[in-house]
Amino acid sequence: MEILLNNLLSWIIWFPLIGILIILFTNRKNESFIKWVSLITIIIDTILSIYLLINFDFSKTGFQFVEKKHWIDFINSYYFLGVDGVSILFIPLSTLTTLLCILISWDSIKSMVKEFYLALLFTNIAMVGTFCALDLVVFYIFWEAILIPMYLIIGIWGGPRRIYSTIKFFLYTFFGSVFMLIGIIYLYIKFGTFDYTILVNQKYPFLVESLLFLAFAIAFAIKVPMWPVHTWLPDAHTEAPTAGSVILAGILIKLGGYGFIRFAIPMFPQAAIYFSKLFLVLSVIAIIYAGLVCLVEDDLKRLIAYSSVSHMGFVTLGIFSFNPIAMKGAILQMINHGIVTGALFMCVGIVYDRTHSRAISYYGGLATSMPIYAAFFMVFTLASIGLPGTNGFIGEFLILLGTFLSNKTMVVFGATGVIIGAAYMLWLYQRVFFQELNPNVAEMLPLKKNELIALILPTLLIFWIGLYPNIFLNFMTTSVQNLLMNLR
Amino acid sequence: MVEKHFEIVTNFDIYVFLIPFLPLVASIITLLFGKRYFRDKSHILPILALFFSFLLSIKVLIEVIHGKIYHFDVYTWMFAYDLKVGLGFLVDPLSAAMMTMVTCVAFLIHVYSVGYMGGDPGYYRFFSYISLFVFFMLMLVLSNNLAQLYLGWEGVGLCSYFLIGFWYQKKSASDAGKKAFIVNRVGDFGFALGIFMAFYFLGTLYYNEIFPKLPEIANKYIGVLGYEVHVPFLIAFLLFCGAMGKSAQFPLHVWLPDAMEGPTPVSALIHAATMVTAGVFMVCRLHPLFELSDAMMFIVAIIGAFTCFMSATIAPTQFDIKRVIAYSTLSQLGYMFMACGVGAFIAGMFHLLTHAYFKALLFLGAGSIIHALHHAPDPNDIRIMGGLKKYMPLTFWTFFIASLSISGIPGFAGFFSKDEILAQAFFSKYPWGKFIWFVGWVVASMTAFYTFRIFFKAFYGEFRGKEVIHGYPHESPRVMTIPLIFLAIGSVFAGWIGIPKILGGSNHIEQFLAPILGHPRIVHEVSHSTEYLLMLLSIGAGLFGIFLAWLVYVKKPSLETFFSKNFRPVYVFLFRKWYFDELYHYTIVKPTLWIARKVIRGVADNTIIEGIVNGSARLVNITGTGLRILHTGIINHYSTFILIGILVYLLVYLYLK
Repeated sequence: MEILLNNLLSWIIWFPLIGILIILFTNRKNESFIKWVSLITIIIDTILSIYLLINFDFSKTGFQFVEKKHWIDFINSYYFLGVDGVSILFIPLSTLTTLLCILISWDSIKSMVKEFYLALLFTNIAMVGTFCALDLVVFYIFWEAILIPMYLIIGIWGGPRRIYSTIKFFLYTFFGSVFMLIGIIYLYIKFGTFDYTILVNQKYPFLVESLLFLAFAIAFAIKVPMWPVHTWLPDAHTEAPTAGSVILAGILIKLGGYGFIRFAIPMFPQAAIYFSKLFLVLSVIAIIYAGLVCLVEDDLKRLIAYSSVSHMGFVTLGIFSFNPIAMKGAILQMINHGIVTGALFMCVGIVYDRTHSRAISYYGGLATSMPIYAAFFMVFTLASIGLPGTNGFIGEFLILLGTFLSNKTMVVFGATGVIIGAAYMLWLYQRVFFQELNPNVAEMLPLKKNELIALILPTLLIFWIGLYPNIFLNFMTTSVQNLLMNLR
Repeated sequence: MVEKHFEIVTNFDIYVFLIPFLPLVASIITLLFGKRYFRDKSHILPILALFFSFLLSIKVLIEVIHGKIYHFDVYTWMFAYDLKVGLGFLVDPLSAAMMTMVTCVAFLIHVYSVGYMGGDPGYYRFFSYISLFVFFMLMLVLSNNLAQLYLGWEGVGLCSYFLIGFWYQKKSASDAGKKAFIVNRVGDFGFALGIFMAFYFLGTLYYNEIFPKLPEIANKYIGVLGYEVHVPFLIAFLLFCGAMGKSAQFPLHVWLPDAMEGPTPVSALIHAATMVTAGVFMVCRLHPLFELSDAMMFIVAIIGAFTCFMSATIAPTQFDIKRVIAYSTLSQLGYMFMACGVGAFIAGMFHLLTHAYFKALLFLGAGSIIHALHHAPDPNDIRIMGGLKKYMPLTFWTFFIASLSISGIPGFAGFFSKDEILAQAFFSKYPWGKFIWFVGWVVASMTAFYTFRIFFKAFYGEFRGKEVIHGYPHESPRVMTIPLIFLAIGSVFAGWIGIPKILGGSNHIEQFLAPILGHPRIVHEVSHSTEYLLMLLSIGAGLFGIFLAWLVYVKKPSLETFFSKNFRPVYVFLFRKWYFDELYHYTIVKPTLWIARKVIRGVADNTIIEGIVNGSARLVNITGTGLRILHTGIINHYSTFILIGILVYLLVYLYLK
């Protein structure tokens, strides 16, 4: 226990390596063994991450579970990990997302199974690592490392336009990251360290601070993605296999929001405040703009992809309002969005596996042929439009209420997204599930066991967070307060 | 007057908790296991749950009558720094009265649905949704804070969406459900902003903390688009937007007539008796806030009056029996808002309670007819009815009672409540009181006219639907008629709790609600003779409407088409419902979709943003190809480039130094 607790973060990050090693030395024909190994590996990893939650101390202000070991001494870079209230919830979210991906891909990935599960496990390592890293080199490595398996997942197991989409995805996000890398190198040259806890307390001339902020912000804004650098997302989502979309929606785009809260804002507070108006406006544009695109979208996956842009607009709205209630809401909404949109992508994947069509007009009356599936989809739809009692409401309510206290105009415009959101989601639901049964979908296989489990897990979380969010909100209380206090 | 003293219970009370919780449990169990295990017995659990909820609400109501108020939180729902909201209950006279009405009407309608929905493949689904609706409605009514009010508010909207689109295979039904939800969302947009605004100025969402703080904002102003706006007005107005959506008031009234696509028990419960009155309830609940702003009171009154009048002009032109009753609901809700707008909150609540019974009865009576005619292609059409008095005596008598009640015939429930509204409007301290009285008086006769229009057309004359249903209709089964009888009893006696003093009554409802809603805001001297005169006038209006309907639809049927033939443009305008649907379609829906498709997706996203992204990729490509020319592989060229480079560098260095 002692060894585990002292290095808990390392355990969670690196535990999937065991699975990777076993799979590497397994014959590729032995597919079910490979699947089971990766499933069990991730289940254990998820349990470890829940163990992390249980051992978190709510009252402490700084980082917990800190590990600092010598690594690349000659550039003064350490293997430095730690979590606080901002990052901790993303770790179980990452492992859970990978778990869902394994469940939902169980039967739908048929080619190169071994490589697929290796890529998933590798993604999990990189995702968790990114949320734990407190050394900028370690952070940057994990941050970029995610791109490799994601590039492969989209490029190999994706849809017809997968090559275009995956290259676009890679170059787009890589383009942003380069600016961040320049920023990191500048900081190193100036202060001789990559240690986040030291760098966060530095003061800069305003111009330098602004440039540094923008360098980091471009990387994060592309990841979120904020308007107008969002166009990689619909393509990547649409062409990715279901698991790829779930990881994209669940974790990858959360890295952007997390990056703002962890790095860009606390390290460069003056610049963050100076540019906050701009980011608020961009957020509101994203909410409305992407929502309007959703209204006229006729591809299931593209619609949900654009809805992600709209929902992440709420998140960045909450972040840049610099209000503690809104900030809490923004972090929670990232978790919510990961659960709900991930679940929606799984739902699309489930019918895509059966029909191989993403066109909304291909469907109709699905509630008649797949009633249980329809019920799950309804729950996710309601969570997505923020109905009270579901998690989506808590996030949106806290974000809008908190932002209202600091900036009323933005909320008036942003809240129209709630109307548009209801319109496009319910219209989607109507066209897919209601009306006369479309002969295309008259005979549908019922949900399989793995699919059912993959849908039940997010459903439970949706109602748990919706009805009793305080457990989750309490994690953030001290850290968010601390963060915003340093800002003033 | 002596203020009544209440004993406030702040501890968790299991009985209060069970009132909404029982229907919730019944709903969840029915939804999960109904299809496989309960099937045609799916109604048992929800009906039992509702029955016990009803008994418990009577118990709690009696306690409240004896001076108890419950106010407690079950648990803290959301907690973030200054924001703390619980899920909890406030049972005071206002919510106790409303709660008892809801559980009573809901119970009767549950029973009725056993007959009406029998044999439907979605039987279990129906009972699950309708119980869930009762849960959310009770959460709304019993809430002690604005956030939970919003929870119930959206929750009932959700159930309404499910139930309007219950027969989801029909496009019109799923369209109507979606329309209801989205139109309500527009109202809730304002409602949510109102909640934020209230929190911004008052720092709390609990009613009992809001009210003492109201004086602080009574004279505050805030700049909106360059105008100084009165803060209480702004908060109340935003909240009222939600009420306009939920209670289907102009300009957000368009969803309610379409909502008639749902099964008739749903129309009776949700779209007549309970959910649509939530807006009125909310205004009454927050009346101290609304009363801080005279402008707001005027808006409430005028919106109510306009909706009241407009709907009463549309109702007589419609042929779908349920749509006529739906417009009548709009109109009656208008009365309730008119009452609120002249400060007659008690009268408004009183009308809400009586209306629940007679309107539910009208709908269920219509449902009974529709049930009997369900072989017809359109069983809702009053043109295929007629002469039903002979075939469906119980439906006839109960429908008759409901019609008399809504027309304000003395002795029936609707008379007392409507008369109370008109009298208090006339004597109101607000200057628009007389005008409101006039509108209410005119509409009273229109109400009687269109109600008796469907009454005479359905029950008198010859049965006109022989061909379409291949035979004659039969009276509905007892499981449907018994609830009708109970509702008929309610439609008479519900009004007797508010018999005014001048008729020798003691107006129990006023005494009961006054501690919460305050006494009527009327001018000091009220002469009894004027009061009697007003009463006679409104009785006269009702009788005149009935007489006119009798004349046109029974005595001289040739008159029936007189209006539609001779005043064609006016008739078409009314028949097309004042063209609101078309107006919204061409000014909001179409342009939004056009902008989304052409401007946002076509130009901004696909052309400009993607153009820049793909363009820069191409630029890199072109630059690379261009620079390849320099890549000759000849050492002499390279050394020349190096030399030029060094020279340029040196020049720059020297220049900068």
